[in-house]
Order: sequence, then structure tokens, then C-alpha cells
Amino acid sequence: MSDTAIGSHAIPSPAPIPVREIAPWLVFGLLMLLALYFVGAEEGATSIIPGMYVHEWVHDSRHLLGFPCH
Amino acid sequence: MTVAIFWVSPATDMENRMMVRTLLIRGMLVGFLAGILVFSFAKVFGEPQVDHAIAFESAMDEAKAKADLERGIHDVEEPELVSRKLQASYGLLTGVMVYSTAFGGLFALVFSYANGRMKSTDPRVVSVLLAITGIIAVYVVPSIKYPANPPSVGNPDTIGMRTELYFIMMLVSLLGMIAATMLQGRLRQQYNAWTATYLAGACYILIVFTTGELLPAVNEVPSNFPADLLWNFRIDSLGMQIIMWTTLGLGFGAFTEYANRNRFGYRNGANIQLNAH
Repeated sequence: MSDTAIGSHAIPSPAPIPVREIAPWLVFGLLMLLALYFVGAEEGATSIIPGMYVHEWVHDSRHLLGFPCH
Repeated sequence: MTVAIFWVSPATDMENRMMVRTLLIRGMLVGFLAGILVFSFAKVFGEPQVDHAIAFESAMDEAKAKADLERGIHDVEEPELVSRKLQASYGLLTGVMVYSTAFGGLFALVFSYANGRMKSTDPRVVSVLLAITGIIAVYVVPSIKYPANPPSVGNPDTIGMRTELYFIMMLVSLLGMIAATMLQGRLRQQYNAWTATYLAGACYILIVFTTGELLPAVNEVPSNFPADLLWNFRIDSLGMQIIMWTTLGLGFGAFTEYANRNRFGYRNGANIQLNAH
């Protein structure tokens, strides 16, 4: 690798990661969106888990993070 | 030029996949770190505003107790599922950490696509640009139309509509930003970077402005709600977002640059070059 490191730039230009290599990881993106849903909207406008416990637990952060609440 | 080749050639599919994994983990870690900062800020500055608002709410509720009790969801009125003390500590901590870590992960996924596809080759610049566009698209613009509200602002009966409107605004803003970014890339082939950014930015503003004008306004602030409390609450809400996105933008970029430097050793490369001369 040392022979290839001879160049005029200190920072090499990164090659784009092909979309097909990123795609499988989007599953985690969906998980994060689900997590955001639980912080931002669960037991407010819609509800997956019955009751109000999740809503009440994240109540203050929901307000402060800008989501509509109550 | 040769340096670029050295980066391109060894990146096999497996390496790319592992790279996305590394970025994702890094994003979540930086998000977690950001969450700690955001929580500290929210605890010190945001919580007092929430408490003031709840005090106001209680006073209002006592004044017109019956009607409100029938309709609903009032923390202080109904038997407390979660105590105020828990809401303001571990509850806040949970919400902020989950939010921040999740955004860190999403940020990393966007970064893994954007890095190498933008004009800048420095991961720190890419990261900061993503954070700036991110906070504008995800928080600032939706909040200009539908700002954050403290407890006691907001009619429980309209929560469904308000949530829909807020997420529609956020979605349009996000898609508008993605479209504007793609447009900027196209325009840059014809114009210089400044002109391309101005034009793409104008398109984004046009999209969100039109959408904002079309969507109904929501104003459910009680007429006697203290204006300074509302202002402080919203400023603290904005502060939390600025802290999170700044930490993501600067932190993620710095860690990525540091990791690349160690992994690909281009600082060493520079040294070799010096020695060779």
C-alpha cells in the first residue's frame, strides 16, 4: 500500500460506496425510524401499545424535541 | 491522482459493506454522545420551562376543571402513570437518547451514500454539510410552520390532525431538500458552485413556502399563556437540536477523518513522499 500512497494530495478522494452495499443496512434505518416513532408519536395520534405509559414516559422529551403532544 | 486510485482499487464489495457497518456504528455512537449533551442542556434549561408550563396548566385546569377532565389527557389531573420526577429525569433521558442515537444512525446511512458523491473529498466537510441541511430540513423548516409547544399548549382533540400536519411538513421539507441537493449537483455542471447552490436553495424555499402556505395554520396557545415562557421553551427546543446536529456534524466527520487517516495511512504516505524527495 505504501507505493500507492505517493501523490500530491494529503487526503485521498473517497470512492462512492455502491448503493447495493448500502441497501441491506437500510433495515437498521427502518429500526431507527421506528425508534423515532416511539419517542415522537406513539400513544398520541396513533397507538401500537395500549395504554399511555410510553407517551407519559417520554412526555418531556416529546415536547422539547418539537413533536405535537396532547 | 494516484492517491485516488489507491482508494478505489482495494474497496471490494465486502469492504464496502463493512465500511457501511463501521459508519453506522460510529453514527450511533456519536449520536449517543450527542444525546448526553442534549440531555444535559434539556435538563438544565428545558425542564424548568416544562415545569412552568405544567404549573400554568394546573392553574388553568383548576379554573375550568370539569370540561377538561372529560376530554382528557392531562398529566397533573389524571392519576399519574409516570411521576413528574421520573418524566423529568429518566423519561427525558430515554427520549433524548433514543432520538439522538437513532438520528446518529440515520445520519451515518446518509453519509455512507453522500461521501464520495459530493464535490468535497473531506469527510469532515461532507459531514458538516449533511448536518446543516439535516437540521434545516428536519427541524428548522417544519418548526417554522408548526413550532414546538410546551405542555398546556395544544388541544388533545386535535392531536391527530396536528401530528399529521407536522409530519407532512417534515416529509415535504426532507424530500424538497433531497430534490434540491440533486438539482444542485446537476446545476453545478453548468454554473459555478455558488450559483448552483443559490438556485437549488431557492427551489427548496419555494417548495416549503408553498407547502407551508397550503397547509392550515395551527394556533392553540391559550390567550393568557405567558409569551416569555413560550419563547424560552421554543428557544430551548431549538438549542437541543443545534447541540445534536452540531455534535453529529463535527463529531462524525472528525472521527471518520481520524479513522481514515489511521486505516489508509495517508499521513504516512505524505511522509514517504517527503522521504523520497
